[in-house]
Amino acid sequence: MAQALESDPEVEMILGMGTREPTVPLERAEFVRADQTYSILSRIVRATQVDTIVHTFLVVDSTRVPGRAMHEINVIGTMNLLAAAGQSGSPVRQVVVKSSTLVYGAASTDPTWFREEQARTSPARTRVERSLLEVEGFVRDFAEDNPATVVTVLRFANVLGTDIVTPISTNLSRPLCPEILGFDPLLQFVEEDDVVRCLEHVTRHRIQGLYNVAGEGKVPWTEVAEICGTRLLPLPPVGTRAFAAPLVRAGLIEFPPELEGLLRFGRGVDTSRLTKTGFSTRYTSVGAVESFIRATRLRRNIGKPPSSYTYEQDVEQFFRHSPAVVNTPVDG
Amino acid sequence: MDHGYDDGVSVGEETAPRTHRAALVPLPRIEDTAVDGTRLTDVDEWGRSEHIRELVRRVYAPIYRHWFRVEWDGLEKIPRTGGALLVANHAGAIPSDAPVIMHGIEEELHRPVYGLADFFFRTVPFVGTAWSRVGGVAAHPDNALRILRDQGQLALVFPEGTKGPSKTYADRYRLRRFGRGGFVEIAMRAGVPVIPVAVVGAEESMPILMRLPNAAKVLGVPYVPITANLVLFGPLGLLLYFPAKFKLRVLDPVTFDVPPGQERYSKSRIMEEAENIRMSLQESLYDMLRERRSVWFG
Repeated sequence: MAQALESDPEVEMILGMGTREPTVPLERAEFVRADQTYSILSRIVRATQVDTIVHTFLVVDSTRVPGRAMHEINVIGTMNLLAAAGQSGSPVRQVVVKSSTLVYGAASTDPTWFREEQARTSPARTRVERSLLEVEGFVRDFAEDNPATVVTVLRFANVLGTDIVTPISTNLSRPLCPEILGFDPLLQFVEEDDVVRCLEHVTRHRIQGLYNVAGEGKVPWTEVAEICGTRLLPLPPVGTRAFAAPLVRAGLIEFPPELEGLLRFGRGVDTSRLTKTGFSTRYTSVGAVESFIRATRLRRNIGKPPSSYTYEQDVEQFFRHSPAVVNTPVDG
Repeated sequence: MDHGYDDGVSVGEETAPRTHRAALVPLPRIEDTAVDGTRLTDVDEWGRSEHIRELVRRVYAPIYRHWFRVEWDGLEKIPRTGGALLVANHAGAIPSDAPVIMHGIEEELHRPVYGLADFFFRTVPFVGTAWSRVGGVAAHPDNALRILRDQGQLALVFPEGTKGPSKTYADRYRLRRFGRGGFVEIAMRAGVPVIPVAVVGAEESMPILMRLPNAAKVLGVPYVPITANLVLFGPLGLLLYFPAKFKLRVLDPVTFDVPPGQERYSKSRIMEEAENIRMSLQESLYDMLRERRSVWFG
């Protein structure tokens, strides 16, 4: 996203904060390392007088971080971010939050497409869903308390693409992929590029509100597996979690608790609200799956490259701030 | 700094940030042609597959024609295009009326019919998926609205809900209450007519002798029936229907002179219309039963 924003002359300054360094070369975006909870964000906001914050660090994949850390990152991190944005004299005029359709859950009583204003039909039982619901609650409160700030929440469907790694993508790239015996749910996906395009669109046009984001159409899970050339490993419909546990421990499959409902009932979200703002995804759900599997196949065939980009702080600082460097104007 | 593979990356306006896993290979961005993607099956967004439906129709045809010997009266009242909400009386422990209605309309009018069913079916392995592939949709008002208004398709609903099929033989053909008239409200909002269909024959195809309410609670199912089929055929009785003659009468479409798409409609109006439809179905049923000489031969 930083690369996308860099090419826009209207964007004066880009600052990326994260716990890990950038893995792509950037021209003028700067980077500051932060701790998990982004506690220094308030100071950064005051110092740089930034007017837009794009919140992209919400953990939506419970396999990445253990439960307590996820809670820290999601809840405390968001609290710090919103505190920084809402502090007195804050220059922040827009907050964009990258959320997930996980907040809707996946149950038999769900409508086939969730609209943004619809509530879950089942209580949130997984940790990640509960933390996301809490986060969205904070954001709602923040929006109410700061009516002058443009607050945008984007609920993205499951993301697939050339680089992103998720439990679903991991499962699909292995020879065996879990399914729940007797169930073939319909799933929606959004392609990685469309995620960035969407974040950029709402940021650039200062679009306020809550929006579902997903590729067009749905694909049955068995079809997704077929496209990806992986074999389905049926898990029993009763006692699924217990049966899957040893398989997960052995590293054969990924089966976080939030995946169970999805592989039983699937989930669909209605994206007409977002379409009305003038944005439409380029990739359909099946297009996202194809984009992912083609990249995976390429990777399998060509292996690791001889070298990849590594961020070196001193060097980046030199290029950006040293008086010795003659800066050519940035092209629009 | 060695940019290596990344040199090709920034071509084109937008590029995605890379994830931080060292094991991944940063790839040159190719203008991806798989933007629309190619589906391998014809499963639509509701889970319905015309291909599978066609297969099922072929298998079901002999049952429809020779076992139940289905006869329709008034099929021409169902429109060829546009949405309409079909409502029918519901019976038979494992209802035989839904497949008969859907088969008949799809064969004669060449239009898909989406059957709105209790959420419960989605939780049953295999059965839930199979039902979804042949046009079964969970009975959520939003789903009905989308099918009727946005997609202009036919939807079939049984307003008696599970109260219909769980009736014992003693209560046959006496229509249960039509709930709160939700189906009327949906039709009003979608701006489509309600077309009542009276079904004779389903009650006798799998009659319930008695129910086991405690077993139902334990198993978490709407009802546990003891049917005459089970008594006569043992476990095979779950699949084997009695060859009752099926007669279906399509009544005149009911339209409502209210503007579609409103937030709310008059509750009393809704209940009145629902009750009227229930009564006209009930009368048609009695009428047809008066003429029926034999359960098996019509």
